[in-house]
Amino acid sequence: MNDLSPTAFLISSSIKVFLVFSATLGVVAIMTLIERRVAAFIQDRLGPNRVGPLGILQPAADGLKNILKEETFPSTADRRFFLLAPALAIIPAAMTFAVIPFAAPLETPWGTVSMIVADIPIGILYVLALASLGVYGIFLAGWASNNKYAFLGGLRASSQMVSYEVALGLSLIPVLMLAGNVTLTEFVWQQQQLGFWYVLPLSLAFILFVIASFAETNRLPFDLPEAESELVTGYHTEYSSMKFSMFMIAEFSHILTASALMATLFLGGWSIPFWSGDHMFWHEGMLISGFTPQGEPIAAAPALWKTLLTFLAFAAKTGFFVLVFMWVRWTLPRFRYDQVMHLGWKVMLPVGLAYIMVLAATILVLDQLAVEGFLFGAVLTAVSALATGIFVFVVDRDRLISGSERAEPTRSGVREVQSARVAVLAGGVEE
Amino acid sequence: MPATVKVLRRPAPGQTSYIRATLKGMALTFRHLVSPDKVTVQYPEEQPDLSPRWRGTHRMEVHADGRPKCVACGLCPTICPANCIRLVGGEDDEGNRYPIVYEIDEFRCIFCGMCQEVCPVEAIHVGVHFENAEYTRDRFVYDLDRLMEQDHPTTLLWDPSDPLSE
Repeated sequence: MNDLSPTAFLISSSIKVFLVFSATLGVVAIMTLIERRVAAFIQDRLGPNRVGPLGILQPAADGLKNILKEETFPSTADRRFFLLAPALAIIPAAMTFAVIPFAAPLETPWGTVSMIVADIPIGILYVLALASLGVYGIFLAGWASNNKYAFLGGLRASSQMVSYEVALGLSLIPVLMLAGNVTLTEFVWQQQQLGFWYVLPLSLAFILFVIASFAETNRLPFDLPEAESELVTGYHTEYSSMKFSMFMIAEFSHILTASALMATLFLGGWSIPFWSGDHMFWHEGMLISGFTPQGEPIAAAPALWKTLLTFLAFAAKTGFFVLVFMWVRWTLPRFRYDQVMHLGWKVMLPVGLAYIMVLAATILVLDQLAVEGFLFGAVLTAVSALATGIFVFVVDRDRLISGSERAEPTRSGVREVQSARVAVLAGGVEE
Repeated sequence: MPATVKVLRRPAPGQTSYIRATLKGMALTFRHLVSPDKVTVQYPEEQPDLSPRWRGTHRMEVHADGRPKCVACGLCPTICPANCIRLVGGEDDEGNRYPIVYEIDEFRCIFCGMCQEVCPVEAIHVGVHFENAEYTRDRFVYDLDRLMEQDHPTTLLWDPSDPLSE
C-alpha cells in the first residue's frame, strides 16, 4: 500500500505510533478542560481559567494531583482484577485510533507516507472488535470492587454496551454497502469520488450511529453505568488516584475515537469539501487522485501543505463532534434504564434492519439502471431523507419517553387513588 | 402526604414530543454557551458588588480627637441576641461615660445589625465588608482599638419610614 522501503516503513510507522499515541493523550487532557469549560459556559459560569492562560495548564495540575493522591484498595476487592480493570479499560480505547486516517499522505524524501498508523484492510472490524473489548474493563472494575453500586454499574454497562453494539453494527452496514469495503481509507476515498459526504445519502444511518456512539461511550443521556445520583459513581466508585484517572482517560479517548469515526465515516474524514486537490488513494501500489474516463489512474500530487490542510479539516470535523458530545451531555437528563433497553432493542434494532433493507433495495435498483455519480448520490439522499422523516415522525409521538402505553391504566389508577387522598386531606384541613 | 401535593398530569400519548423537546433544549443550552453574560465574578481582581445594606464585621465611629463615640450606655450588649458584645463602662473626671473594655466576638455574632439600630449615639456599626480571614481564632475577638481602626463603609440600615430605600 505504499512505496517506502522496509526500513523507512518501520521508522515512519514507529514515529506515527508515537505521535498518534501522544497526541491522543494530549488531546484527551485538553478535552477534560474543554468539557469543564463548556459545562461552565452552558451554566453561565466561566469554568477553570486560573492555571495558565485560559486555564490551559489545568489538566496538568489535575494529573499531578491525581498522581499524588492515595491509592485505595477495598479490603474485600479481588486485588488482581481490581488492578487489571483500569488497564483493560484504557488499552482498547488507546488502540482504536490506529486505524483512523487523519490526513492526506505526506510526501517525504524517502517516499510517500500514509497518515494513518495501520492501514489494515479490515479497519472497521478492528474498530468494532476493540469497541466490544472496552466493556470488559468496566465490567471487571464493577465486579472486582465487590461493592454493590460498582457491581450494578458494571452490570448496566455490560448490558447497555452489548445492546448498543448491535445498533452500532447495523448502522455501519449501510456505509459498508455504499463503500463496498471495510477499510477506513477507502471510505474517505469513496466519499471524495461520490462528491457526497455519507451523512447525506445515509442520514438515518448517521443518526443511529450517533445515538449508538453515545451509548457505547457511556455519555449522557446514556451514562447509566456511572449514574452518580443512584450509584455513587457506578463502576469506578472504589477507585482512587491514577486508577480513577485511567477510567476518565479511557472515557475521553472513547469520545475522541467515536468523534473521529463519525467524521471519517460520515463527513468525509480528512477530505476538504468542494476541492479535488486532496483526492488521494493507494491504488495498486500507486497514489492516485482519480481515473480518466478510459479508466486510467491519474497520479496524485501529495504535498506537505496538503497534508497539513487536510489534517486541519479532520481536526475541525472531529472537534465538532467532540463539542456535540459535551453539548448533549449538558442538555439532556439521564434515561431510565428500561428506556435505554427499549430504545436499543425496540427502536434502534428494527429501524436499523429496515433501513438496511430499504437502502440495499435502492442501491440494487440504481445499479440495475446503471445510475452513477451525482444522480446516484442524490437519489440515495432523497430516499434516506424520506426514511429519516418517517423515523422522526414515528419516534416523535411519545413512543419513547413514557415507555409502553400498556402501563397507562396502572398509572391512571395510581393517579385516581392519589387525587382521592388529596381530596380527603384537603377536606380534613378545611373542617 | 401533605395536603398540597402538586399532581402533574402526564400528557396523553400523541401529545408529547421527545425529539422536538430535545432540540429545544439543545437550542437553549447553545444560547447560554455562546452568551457573553456570565455570572462569575473574577474575585480578587474584580470585587463583588455588595448591597449598601450588607451587614458585615463591625466598626466603631470615633470623634475628631480620636476618642470612641461610644458612651457605654449598655444597650448593644443588652439587645445582642448572640450575646457577643462585652462592654465595661467607665466615667472620666468630667462625668463623660466611655468604654473601658469593648469587645465583639465576630464568631458568635450573627450580623443582625441590632447593635447599630439600638445605638443612641451612632457609635457601633455593622459594615459593608467581608474579607475577614485570619490565621488564628483569637484574632476574631475584635477589641476597641481594632473596631476603631476599621475603615470600611458602614451599613445603611433599613428605615421603616422609607421601606423601599427611595
